[in-house]
Amino acid sequence: MARSVTPRRKLLNTTVAWAIGLLIFFPILWTILTSFKTEGDAIAAPPIFVGFEWTLENYRTVLERSDYGRFLWNSIIIAGLSTVLGCMIAIPAAWSMAFVPSKRTKDILLWMLSTKMLPAVGVLYPIYLIFIELGLLDSRAGLVVVLMLINLPIIVWMLYTYFKEIPGEILEAARMDGATLRQELLYVLTPMAIPGIASTLLLNFILAWNEAFWTLNLTAVNAAPLTAFIASYSSPEGLFFAKLSAASTMAIAPILILGWFSQKQLVRGLTFGAVK
Amino acid sequence: MGQIQLKQVTKSFGDVQVIPPLDLTIHDGEFTVFVGPSGCGKSTLLRLIAGLEDITTGHIEIDGTDATDLVPAKRGLAMVFQSYALYPHMSVRKNIAFPLRMAKMNQAEIDKRVNAAASVLNLADYIDRKPGQLSGGQRQRVAIGRAIVREPSAFLFDEPLSNLDAALRVGMRMEISELHKKLDTTMVYVTHDQVEAMTMADKIVVLQAGVIEQVGSPLELYRAPRNTFVAGFIGSPKMNLITGEEASKHDATTIGIRPEHIDVVESGGTWTGTVGVAEHLGSDTFFHIHNTGLAETITVRAIGDVNLTHGDTIQLSPRMDELHRFGADGLRIG
Amino acid sequence: MATKASRSAARIMMAPAVILLLGWMLVPLIMTLWFSFRVYLPLRGGDQGWAGFDNYTRFVTSSAFWPSVQTTLIIVLGVLAITVIFGILIALLLDQPIWGQGVVRILVIAPFFVMPTVSALVWKNMFMDPVNGLFSHLWRFFGAEPVSWLSDASMPSIIMIVSWQWLPFATLILLTAVQSLDSEQLEAAEMDGAPWIKRFWFIVLPHLSRAITIVILIQTIFLLAIFAEIFVTTGGAFGTRTLSYLIFQRVLESQNVGLGSAGGVYAIILANIIAIFLMRIVGKNLD
Repeated sequence: MARSVTPRRKLLNTTVAWAIGLLIFFPILWTILTSFKTEGDAIAAPPIFVGFEWTLENYRTVLERSDYGRFLWNSIIIAGLSTVLGCMIAIPAAWSMAFVPSKRTKDILLWMLSTKMLPAVGVLYPIYLIFIELGLLDSRAGLVVVLMLINLPIIVWMLYTYFKEIPGEILEAARMDGATLRQELLYVLTPMAIPGIASTLLLNFILAWNEAFWTLNLTAVNAAPLTAFIASYSSPEGLFFAKLSAASTMAIAPILILGWFSQKQLVRGLTFGAVK
Repeated sequence: MGQIQLKQVTKSFGDVQVIPPLDLTIHDGEFTVFVGPSGCGKSTLLRLIAGLEDITTGHIEIDGTDATDLVPAKRGLAMVFQSYALYPHMSVRKNIAFPLRMAKMNQAEIDKRVNAAASVLNLADYIDRKPGQLSGGQRQRVAIGRAIVREPSAFLFDEPLSNLDAALRVGMRMEISELHKKLDTTMVYVTHDQVEAMTMADKIVVLQAGVIEQVGSPLELYRAPRNTFVAGFIGSPKMNLITGEEASKHDATTIGIRPEHIDVVESGGTWTGTVGVAEHLGSDTFFHIHNTGLAETITVRAIGDVNLTHGDTIQLSPRMDELHRFGADGLRIG
Repeated sequence: MATKASRSAARIMMAPAVILLLGWMLVPLIMTLWFSFRVYLPLRGGDQGWAGFDNYTRFVTSSAFWPSVQTTLIIVLGVLAITVIFGILIALLLDQPIWGQGVVRILVIAPFFVMPTVSALVWKNMFMDPVNGLFSHLWRFFGAEPVSWLSDASMPSIIMIVSWQWLPFATLILLTAVQSLDSEQLEAAEMDGAPWIKRFWFIVLPHLSRAITIVILIQTIFLLAIFAEIFVTTGGAFGTRTLSYLIFQRVLESQNVGLGSAGGVYAIILANIIAIFLMRIVGKNLD
């Protein structure tokens, strides 16, 4: 509904919009800036914005203190595998809902979403016991499965919305052309839905990356991802602002960079496919 | 070979029966057109033949073998969809090759067939483009190309020309007709446009509410419509259907006379009326005549440009040997 | 597009997702139900037998229960109100022609990428710390006494942190919806002489209703589950103990699985009430 306005009005809008944008972004900017300060500069009163002595000392300390590489690798593996696995299970399900809808389709979809509303704490102990029983505690495999399950409803829902935009006639054409169901999914539906699938993968990768209940409660050392890495700065190390900032920056940087490079899919994905 | 037989086929969606028991035989090599107003079940019937919908009861036989429970891929039929249903992520070449790839044909044979189809349909110039870069007519050709490479036993067309503009439609109509002559394969063609049906078909199946009203060659339908529905549906402009006293004179409930079978005369006409609207096409002139004493407006087609306009009085003389008579049940008499 | 073959294929293709989620839902649920009727203290003798409804009565009569329900609802409703209202305002602003719209959009959505543990830590220490936090500097600059945010104004602080995380999501969905509004509708209303506020109320807002529903649905799902923000900032102290956090404390901190499980059952019931309520609205609004 954008319309042309006078340059003056546009200037005003621009100013206000940038002010709000910067305000919202400020905590992240401040964290990144602080990560390059000395601890002294970090708590200086009044605060110093840019005119401080830039240093990489904090990053060195954080890297020495903990094995950042292992946390990062765990995050990548857990978020990546759980998302890909979720997609592989969700694509057929979403195909069914989008192209062979029945009276129950909507009920099933809403039921799936409602499983996400079950409070995780309510089932923490049982899952904990099951994990001990199966030897999955503090294992990446265990977390992959759990995160896959908690994001599955969202993945199904998003893919369903994207698939519904694809005309059914094209899939019927594939069927007439002799494609089996597997070929229809592999050669026709999936390539056509690539943008939607990419958005789904990205968003759920981020959700899994940032998930902080199961990752904190089901890991100790071996499988701990970046959420646990940063949680170790809770206290009293949190009082060392510069080191906290460096660790924080390292925890969120991969996602910020990923987000920067895949903006279009992300913006699309962030709406969960629900609004066009 | 490509004979399709429907035996006592019915189709219901839930409690609604859209196709009551229906029998139909489509002979090998025949160009059969299903025609009828929208919602008459013609597309559903085509999709039943294709296997994209299950029939509720009855049997479908293709080349004498029961195909009722076969999946679409196993029926040996090819279909051209209304939206063309091209694969948007594949080039024209890949689109056409797709059914052959699915049939696990070797690459050399695929290339040979795709090139052959491309030259028949003049696709060579844009064979490496994606469907998104093609015009409507070009997409249509690609869709047909994808159908012919498989050498199916029959082609199914679901309103393939309805998304094209008028000029292109006439051209494609001829191309499809020529293709049929060249390939000599059974074609089943669905349309709501009776002009397409008349110009292309060997056999027309007129449908209304899932029921076959008449089956016959275009001229059979034109000359001897079985009932008032077919009479009104086939032919353009529409046949004049007259009821009441005028019909009783001919011992019928309804009489029909085509606009081209009414002559404009100087004197001694059967009906006298005034011109409401005159449509001058150059080659023909259509008059819509009021005040003839009949309940209906009478449409007349005169050859050439006849210089009469709104408000002029006109005398009409129907050719009695071209008169169609229908009884109270709507069926043809005699 | 529906034959017997495709319908049975559909059932088979849906089965893995349905079975997995059903298992994920039922197995722990049944175990939780079982534990909730047991005296189960893992560090103090383990499973000590049948408890009847003791755990349920104890949990609900504990002085912490109702405040925790209240806290949960206040956080969810507070965050929803803030994100929806500011989301609409920012969306309307970003929809106007401005220079650098793409960059502003990135700035606005950036908080969504920050993991909750990080945002909680950064807010807690670098902004809300009563001595060195940026807010305390700001307060002192204006001659005011710095506030101990997370102890004296704990709820507003938490609501603010969580709202900051979810505002990007709300804004983006609402912006997408605003952009899809047909400008001719607005122009027609303008021609009819409707003032700005009426155009907003009678055209823009109804157009956004579906988007707002989705924001509420998805945010509620995630907000009911917030954990890290409380775990890292207050640890449930100063009146910020949500129902989830209370159960977490019963199970892990006091190691009373029976009692915690009874609480879990309550939480599940509460979540279901909200779910049914939400699904009603959403089901209607979901095409």
